Amino acid sequence: MRVVGQPVRKKDAMSLVTGKPVYMDDLAPKDCLIVKVLRSPHANAIVEEVNTKIAMKVPGIEAIYTWEDVPKHRFAQAGQTYPEWSPYDRLILDQHVRFVGDAVAIIAGEDEACVDRAMKMIKVKYKVLPAVLDYHKAKDNEVLVHPEDNWESKFPVGADNKRNLCAHMEDSDGDLEKTFADCDIVLERTYHVPAVNQAMMETFRTTCYLDTYGRLVVFSSTQIVYHVRRIIANALGIPKHKVRALKPRIGGGFGAKQTVVTEIFPAFVTWMTKKPSKIIYTREESQIAGSPRHEMEVTVKIGANKDGTLRAFDLYNLSNTGAYGDHGPTTAGLTGHKSLPMYTANMEAFRHTFDVVYTNVLAAGAYRGYGATQGIFALESIVNELASILHMDPVELRLKNVVRQGMTMQAYSNEVARGCRLDDCLVRAAEMIGWKEKYPVKDMGNGKVRSVGIAMAMQGSCISYVDVGSATIMMNEDGSYRLAIAAADMGTGCDTILAQMAAECLGVSTDEIFVSGADTDTSPYDSGSYASSTTYVTGQAVVKASTELEKRIRKLASQMLECEIEDVEFDGKQARDIKTGKSVTAEEIGYKAQCFNDFALQVTESYTSPVSPPPYMAGAVEIELDKETGHLEILNYAAVVDCGTVVNPNLARVQVEGGLGQGIGMALYENIQYSDHGKLYNNSLMQYKIPTRLDMGNLHVEFKPSYEPTGPFGVKSIGEIVINTPAPALAHAIFNATGVWHRSLPITSEKIAMGVLKNREFL
Amino acid sequence: MIVSMILNGKKIADEVSPDMTLFQFVRKHGCYSVKCGCETTNCGLCTVFLDDQPVLSCAVLVARVSGHKVETLEGLQKEAEEFGRFIADQGAEQCGFCNPGMIMNAIAMFRELEEPTDEQIKQYLAGNLCRCSGYEGQLRGIHDFMEYKKGGVSCES
Repeated sequence: MRVVGQPVRKKDAMSLVTGKPVYMDDLAPKDCLIVKVLRSPHANAIVEEVNTKIAMKVPGIEAIYTWEDVPKHRFAQAGQTYPEWSPYDRLILDQHVRFVGDAVAIIAGEDEACVDRAMKMIKVKYKVLPAVLDYHKAKDNEVLVHPEDNWESKFPVGADNKRNLCAHMEDSDGDLEKTFADCDIVLERTYHVPAVNQAMMETFRTTCYLDTYGRLVVFSSTQIVYHVRRIIANALGIPKHKVRALKPRIGGGFGAKQTVVTEIFPAFVTWMTKKPSKIIYTREESQIAGSPRHEMEVTVKIGANKDGTLRAFDLYNLSNTGAYGDHGPTTAGLTGHKSLPMYTANMEAFRHTFDVVYTNVLAAGAYRGYGATQGIFALESIVNELASILHMDPVELRLKNVVRQGMTMQAYSNEVARGCRLDDCLVRAAEMIGWKEKYPVKDMGNGKVRSVGIAMAMQGSCISYVDVGSATIMMNEDGSYRLAIAAADMGTGCDTILAQMAAECLGVSTDEIFVSGADTDTSPYDSGSYASSTTYVTGQAVVKASTELEKRIRKLASQMLECEIEDVEFDGKQARDIKTGKSVTAEEIGYKAQCFNDFALQVTESYTSPVSPPPYMAGAVEIELDKETGHLEILNYAAVVDCGTVVNPNLARVQVEGGLGQGIGMALYENIQYSDHGKLYNNSLMQYKIPTRLDMGNLHVEFKPSYEPTGPFGVKSIGEIVINTPAPALAHAIFNATGVWHRSLPITSEKIAMGVLKNREFL
Repeated sequence: MIVSMILNGKKIADEVSPDMTLFQFVRKHGCYSVKCGCETTNCGLCTVFLDDQPVLSCAVLVARVSGHKVETLEGLQKEAEEFGRFIADQGAEQCGFCNPGMIMNAIAMFRELEEPTDEQIKQYLAGNLCRCSGYEGQLRGIHDFMEYKKGGVSCES
């Protein structure tokens, strides 16, 4: 391949490194209304009265809206394909506020100062209700988070709002009890992952204005323009054609921007006032009213033979969706669906059951890994615990049990692992970290020890039978091309890698393809950038469209050359009649398309997939740990990924490194703590510690690409899987260093030190 | 009150409120490269030069800057491009939102330290958070830039 596989520089790179104004707030209309949200100080309350009289008198205030002013039908805020699995449990503003930070009123004014002033002058009378703050006690609690009768679940996910249940489902295969009974050893453990935040550097933000035709333009930092259009139109109760959604450059998403977190507020203001408006969440708002990972408690039971053959798996996760059910049912499903298939080789029976419950804390959403992360922390940890109990090398134990190419994965809807090199990834990661020499631990003789830990991961490459990716490609008169997409480049580089694929098909360089979107007025329909789907699904649409366009180019050339289309060869620069040797240039064909021509050199194609081929990886970490203080330093992290064909080795590598960074943060530092009244303490980057460059150690990334026959050029995906190995690998290394298993994240230095102390007392 | 300063080489004077930050001021005057990521002086995105020294503009009242010299990436385009190419060649710019602050601080580092070690680089830039890259690609870009400065590595423009 000529272009696919090359480390092409990202198309927008130079604009970004020189600080050009390409983000939402750089491009928002000047002098637009500033929109802010008054938030509830109570975890569960009824808004009895909102007195806005004095606040409205603040000079510059345009409007203040309360629950009485908004439409009364409920909608889902999760950016998912219709009909969403997420329940319709939201109003723009609700009389019933359900967490500390829930929206009570929308304030719009000419500048920030007057809006801030007015916000202080709004008097709200609340009837405070008892709150459900412990998710263990949520199911069938007498206090209901969503008692309302117009709550609706559009999909059969076992939801029941009168039981605080957002979803309950089960998936299984084989005779579980019989297999467990026949196993030499059965192990059960419970693990916990808190509701960690994406903490993308650009907080949530949206600007809205009306266009020439009086339509509502929603210009937002979003991963999902088409879902935004649908959700806004539904929420406002206006036709879809009255809304246009588009995105500029996005300052990071990681799934956070797969939910309509801010869009609805300025959309409502602009629709009501007909004036441009914008909302920019503070970091505090992003932390307390954003869309974090689902807090989960995962109980996993495995059955094995003494020789380490893993035969039976029973996984139950209790997921805390918080006050609203955005992405609740789907994330919890992935916890088993995208972890258990890694151990397909000797699997005889499995069961995955989950409950997703409502509580009175911040609603969760989509975050890179999407439920699989929580499942993999649990499953990889218990496999490491089993290895320790069986006195087996954890690498050997895994090699005995991992899914291999060609196997049918019963815990993965019976999909076949068409391209799979998980075993190679494991062997190589172990080799890179020096497993044989370093496992399990080495005493440095100064109170410090060095140890290693290992874990594997998988993910999907789309939502099978659901996601639609599309591409429109058009030839310009100089033989260059326009590629229109509605997948969202959020820094990941999809504009560039999709252009690489088109360039590969059309015989040109990436520079000769310019990419536009995402814009619901000009881009063909695409579900958006999530579920690791862009390279795999939209990529295939790009290949389909480019291949068809190439055919059309040859057809037009055959008319010009007066020959059969079968005799025309096109190499990107010229089309040639192989019989006569006569040729026309790409430029001549491009101009021909614009003169006395009824055959468009433009093609739109869509792609959808009945399968979601998993990428696989292995991660191994080496740490140095101070047993007196609990201080932990990451020395090296080796990650080996099978993401199928690597389209752009630079961008794939940085995906891995960035995902490891977020995974390390989740494993060691990032904490979510609530007061007794449900107020979130970790509401700034002062209290919510994301890794700096001093916390990362040396990252070593390699690829072991399999060839996925269903993917364009053999690709799978890489966006999400990369966050999954650090937590279990670090927990393993910490056990090897201290003899203590930590089953609840984050594993802070304090916890490590206390664990060492407790272990000593115990001994 | 009225403040006046040299912003990116141009003298400007403007009426400001006493609580206006330098961050708000430079964005008001079209310096959109300067970003805000946290409001609590943790992220480094709003880094600008005040009299040639990197400062967090969200933590400086603009009233205190009157009579001083301020530079943002808009005023350092040549240096930003020269160094930024090496970040771009790693794909380490990613979403780009943290880049201007990090690149300002990197420019300050290269002015201050002749040949910084990895430890010095990590210390100097520790206050510049990035959530996309895992920092490793930025470090590779910095290494390549240092090689280039010594006449080693070349780079497409």
